[in-house]
Amino acid sequence: MRFVLALVAALVLGGSAFAVQPDEVLKDQTLEKRAREISAGLRCLVCQNQSIDDSDAQLAKDLRILVRERLVAGDTDEQVHTFLVQRYGEFVLLKPTFGAHTLLLWLTPALVLILGGIGAYAALRRRPQNATAVLDADEEKKLAELLKRDQV
Amino acid sequence: MLVEAGHFALALALGLSLIQFIVPLWGARANDPVLMAVAPAGALAVLACIAFSFVALTFAYLNSDFSVLNVVQNSHSAKPLIYKISGVWGNHEGSMLLWVLILALFGGVVALARDSVPMRLQANTLAVQAAITIAFLLFILTTSNPFTRVLPAPMEGQDLNPLLQDPGLAIHPPLLYIGYVGFSISFAFACAALIDGRIDAVWARIVRPWTLGAWAFLTLGIAMGSYWAYYELGWGGWWFWDPVENASLMPWLAGTALVHSTVVMEKRDALKVWTILLAILTFSLSLLGTFLVRSGVLTSVHSFAVDPERGTFILGILILFIGGSLTLFAWRAPMLKQGGLFAPVSREGALVLNNLFLATACATVFIGTLYPLALEVLTGEKISVGAPFFNFTFLPLIVPLLLLLPLGQTLAWKRGNFLGTAQRLYAVFGVAILASLAMLAFQHGGPVAAPLGIGLGIYLVLGSLNEIVTRSWSRGTPLSVAWRKARGLPRSTWGAAIAHAGVGLTVIGIAATAWGVETIGSVRPGERLSAGDYEVRLERVIPRVEANYRDDVAILTVFGSGRELGTIETMKRLYVTRGMPTTEAGIMTVGLGQVYASIGEVQADGSIGMRLYYKPLVLLIWIGSLVMAAGGGLSLTDRRLRIAAPARAKAVPPSAVPAE
Repeated sequence: MRFVLALVAALVLGGSAFAVQPDEVLKDQTLEKRAREISAGLRCLVCQNQSIDDSDAQLAKDLRILVRERLVAGDTDEQVHTFLVQRYGEFVLLKPTFGAHTLLLWLTPALVLILGGIGAYAALRRRPQNATAVLDADEEKKLAELLKRDQV
Repeated sequence: MLVEAGHFALALALGLSLIQFIVPLWGARANDPVLMAVAPAGALAVLACIAFSFVALTFAYLNSDFSVLNVVQNSHSAKPLIYKISGVWGNHEGSMLLWVLILALFGGVVALARDSVPMRLQANTLAVQAAITIAFLLFILTTSNPFTRVLPAPMEGQDLNPLLQDPGLAIHPPLLYIGYVGFSISFAFACAALIDGRIDAVWARIVRPWTLGAWAFLTLGIAMGSYWAYYELGWGGWWFWDPVENASLMPWLAGTALVHSTVVMEKRDALKVWTILLAILTFSLSLLGTFLVRSGVLTSVHSFAVDPERGTFILGILILFIGGSLTLFAWRAPMLKQGGLFAPVSREGALVLNNLFLATACATVFIGTLYPLALEVLTGEKISVGAPFFNFTFLPLIVPLLLLLPLGQTLAWKRGNFLGTAQRLYAVFGVAILASLAMLAFQHGGPVAAPLGIGLGIYLVLGSLNEIVTRSWSRGTPLSVAWRKARGLPRSTWGAAIAHAGVGLTVIGIAATAWGVETIGSVRPGERLSAGDYEVRLERVIPRVEANYRDDVAILTVFGSGRELGTIETMKRLYVTRGMPTTEAGIMTVGLGQVYASIGEVQADGSIGMRLYYKPLVLLIWIGSLVMAAGGGLSLTDRRLRIAAPARAKAVPPSAVPAE
């Protein structure tokens, strides 16, 4: 099942080197750490589900450098995100923002858990009544006969 | 000639599957044993045909028969023998053939389990199985024929995708497919039960080994794929929340829930309707996984349109089987009688909670994987859902599940005592908390997640051991007696304890990744790069030529705390035929951790870019998965679950278990 991933990775790897390169790394370690964290949440736009931190594509490299430039210029993490979303659209974020268009996406886990929990609880509550078997007319008659015989 | 025979055998298998579908179904309705007996015979004949067809394709690969298009596109005469064999399923057509081969194999095994499965159930089950076989054989024959010839035949093949030229390919897909397709048996049994309108603990006992086996193989397949990606892709990551990975994770989550709910059904005759639904859903998710990966819809909505034939065909299969089985479920499930009763605080109750969390986790992966696709189709808006989303939503669902696991495992059936159970675990809980605190104190402001996660893992491992200990030892019992008692516990008890301890090991491995160290730098021969307590020295870079690729090999000496540990090689590899470069990571295992190095291009000044990681305890991630699968396997050898055992067990009516 990994063929597609492998195939895509192969295409991406083609012709270029590997993810973050030594010459991109910032001298300031705190800034670099922030840059790595931000990069891990940004999508390489020409790849299949890869963050720019993992990708070898040229575009990912450009974006990594861009992120670092913004950080060096004094942007907050938030500002970097806003800048990139303005430029490339929400597609660039690997964790989509919460909004009308992603309502279902974000709420599904909680909804399934809560509704499933209520459903399971209700099913458990309902069970005792269901489980008492009801005898049909024939069986009632047989039972009455048996009981009568016992009394004799 | 053999190639044409293989093609013909596939067509023959299609015809035989039609018989295997129609006749037994009719026989079961008419209660005619002769017609029902067609099912096992048909299944074996189909198996023989498909196996022959697979062998024919394998021969074409072994002989490098370049008159066959599939061989041309995926093989090369200079390719090593093992990759000539594994190359058979290293492509779309061949992998689909492997898929139906495994499907037919499972059908064959059900056919041979004649004594343990009631005839009607077997007939209906094999009929449903045949329906799946028909659909996929039609798919292969009409859209993905691996036996297509080319004229004139080229002199040489185009070679297999380099990333797939790895022992990983030989093992990973077959394991994964056995898991995926194994769930088709649970599915077929579920549909058969619905068709028959009857289901009881005997059904659960028959189905459970199949589910457990499929689950164990899927576990191995996923773990194998994860390790393969880890060492082959060269990023040092082991799980990427890639849609292709999610496609295999979804049936695994649902299958895990199914393994647990069948236990309730077998032991207590409860949760029947839910178990049936889960069996249907699990295989549906396997089909969905096949669709997502095979249609190319994941790569892009547009590539789906480029090759609409295959995608639409599998989508059709998907709708037919999921829709059909759910319709059958909606129609028949209300007729199924509910069984055993239990209080909310009980082993059953805990397993319901387990199912709730697993089902929710599965739904989360499902929506995260498909939402961007649906949104783009509906509104044209493009969003990405990646690792940060899944980590954010998935972890809060899994952590409570894991915290509850040892408690649930210790609770009594029917009606449990929560406080009493908690008391039996307080020592385990205490040790885990102490271990976490000790690590927190010791690491001086490192990541908090690692000690907490490792504490959770320790709690799981000890909790599982505790289950065995408390069931065989109490204060004052001599150890020899306790040991004998422990050995006398059912294998399924041991299996569950071992599998759960495996979960704990994996959790420890995952948590410890937070302690990992990564260094990126450029080095020249003689220079060093360090990550944590480990250091490597680049000795030299040498070229090496093999049959179908060329390497630039970097030879590194590894030092741990200043001491020389040995050398590793990491390579930049170029596959000549396809002109495709790959990275081969150099890995040295130190204890349960690994030193992991991969190199980039040689730079203008003669230095070489290098990524160096130290990953403590990382091997536990996969060792834990192996232990999980081993636990599943051990459960399979339980006397009650052996294929022949249910025949004896049938004598005991399911109602023998007293209801409250």
